[in-house]
Amino acid sequence: MSHRILVPVKRVIDYAVKIRVAGGKIDTNVKHSMNPFDEIAIEEAVRLKEAKKATEVVTVTVGSTKSQETLRTALAMGADRALHVEVPESAEVQPLEVAKILKAIVAKESPSIVLLGKQAIDDDAGQTGQMLAGLLDWPQATFASKVELNDSALTVTREIDGGLETVKTTLPAILTADLRLNQPRYATLPNIMKAKKKTIEKLSPGDLGVDVTPRIKVLEVSEPPKRQAGKTVGSVDELIDKLKNEAGVI
Amino acid sequence: MSSIKSLLRPVAKIRNAALAIALKPRIHSRGMSLATVCEPLDGLGDEEAEIYSMARAFADKEMAPHAQEWDEKEVFPVGVMRQAASLGFGAMYCDPTYGGTGLSRLAASVVFEALSTADPSTAAFISIHNMVAWMISVYGTEEQKTKYLPSLSTMEKFGSYCLTEPNAGSDAASLQTTAKREGNEYYTLNGSKMFISGGGDSDVYLVMCRTGGPGPKGISCVLVEKGTPGLSFGQKERKLGWNSQPTRAIMFDDCRVPVSNLIGTEGQGFNIAMHGLNGGRVNIASCSLGGASAALEQTVDYVKVRKQFSTPIASFQNTQFELAEMAIKVNSSRLMVRTAAKMLDEKHPLAAAWCAQAKVHATDSCYEVCDRALQLHGGYGYIKSTKVQQYLRDLRVHKILEGTNEVMKVIISREILKD
Repeated sequence: MSHRILVPVKRVIDYAVKIRVAGGKIDTNVKHSMNPFDEIAIEEAVRLKEAKKATEVVTVTVGSTKSQETLRTALAMGADRALHVEVPESAEVQPLEVAKILKAIVAKESPSIVLLGKQAIDDDAGQTGQMLAGLLDWPQATFASKVELNDSALTVTREIDGGLETVKTTLPAILTADLRLNQPRYATLPNIMKAKKKTIEKLSPGDLGVDVTPRIKVLEVSEPPKRQAGKTVGSVDELIDKLKNEAGVI
Repeated sequence: MSSIKSLLRPVAKIRNAALAIALKPRIHSRGMSLATVCEPLDGLGDEEAEIYSMARAFADKEMAPHAQEWDEKEVFPVGVMRQAASLGFGAMYCDPTYGGTGLSRLAASVVFEALSTADPSTAAFISIHNMVAWMISVYGTEEQKTKYLPSLSTMEKFGSYCLTEPNAGSDAASLQTTAKREGNEYYTLNGSKMFISGGGDSDVYLVMCRTGGPGPKGISCVLVEKGTPGLSFGQKERKLGWNSQPTRAIMFDDCRVPVSNLIGTEGQGFNIAMHGLNGGRVNIASCSLGGASAALEQTVDYVKVRKQFSTPIASFQNTQFELAEMAIKVNSSRLMVRTAAKMLDEKHPLAAAWCAQAKVHATDSCYEVCDRALQLHGGYGYIKSTKVQQYLRDLRVHKILEGTNEVMKVIISREILKD
């Protein structure tokens, strides 16, 4: 059974950077890297290929020219080829629009599995995989912490609030990767060098017939309020009074 | 009394006003992030940038958490180094045919810079090991390469470079370890080497020894394996830094080594040693770079947080000027080191002189950066729970080994004064 796995990846502000808001906007002149959950997704896809359960891993990103470095990282980790849906740097592409682009990519590439990170650490939307499943009318197994692929069925352990849930789906299917699915590998130096020779195909949203105009408008971006010093209360009554009248939480 | 007071009042007013300006917090919440003016990725191509990022991720995760323990307990981190080797760090600029990675010197420099942000001592040993592997890959026979390179590239075996002797340091060509040929079978080595990094723990020793007459032309390079009868080691030296690497004297007492272990030809040993050192100098300079840039990063974080006179010390002009000078030193060092690396890659005729220049400038400047970093940390800089002192101790020896900075100036001035 030859399975192609499509792994979308996103270039985001590096998880270790301290986010700053300047003039109502997030300062993006800082270090960027691949979304950590997408690294986990690439790792899982590459492992499936190494276990001979999949035949090809194709990675795709929607982003500016700078997103190319993210594709190179994916290729260095073991993806076979890449697609770059290029948009201007100022463009804001939201989950629904990304899902529409991915739907068009799916029509082009015919993967058996689309394996995404569960959410991007910049918007924390956690929607793209689910929306894509809706648009394609494909089964989805999200927040995967374990994936088993057997011929034409997937058995996936999902992390849910109550614990672990095991689901079985037919193919093709959408998977989203959660933190404990695997520990991504370091790309080896030879693989980084080989990645140079792998192809990156360039496309535009227009080529795919997708309008990426955002439908959700961001009204305000601000830093969380600075942490205030705590106060010691003298009695339970005082505590209740403060919770009710000052903090307004009860 | 009152007249003096009235005299002093305006002075006090001025002084208070000046203090008020000087101490007013002048740090923008964004500030000039180190990243924009002192960025290791600047000027690197895509591939080198990817290599730096990967090496840095490895250093941050696998080396940095343990670097202090390795220094204090003098641990030789074999496991982590082998893990690095599995990523291709074992024989970085050697021929892939025998397990090398085939990287350029520039890419290798970038790797050592990244690894040294976590631990210059371990990164430096990895660089010495790489130099040894390279010497075999360039000057060795097919048999020698097949026999030694694969296990060196995985770091199943470690390599050490043996040139310095108790009586031959800068005057390396005067070395006295002899290798007498017995028929066509063996060399018998007698003598001793000093300050050998990895000595006692390494498996493969490239020994520069005298097979011929005096001077450089009588020197050959012979490979000696650990366990050869007649090969023994001195006590592990207790050092100021570089504590994650064992350093020992090596003694040869009628140590018989097969003639097939000659690397290159008889009389070529000094040349081989010097060619190895050109790259070694770029590598050591790269290790200085990584240590200094990490010390600078940590200092920037510290001065933003440390408050005196109700304000972060980062708002004092002295602190700001110090940071600017440190950034200039790191940047100028980085430019020279990478230029020298590129010249090695291009086999530029002046590469050796450039490697010497880069080595002097980077090792001197980066040591100064660590020294200023320590000062800016105040008392905290001196205690071992802060990492800055480790960078200082580790970087100090870079001014001395692989050719002292004084010998570097001999090389450079010789080039300048050539007719």
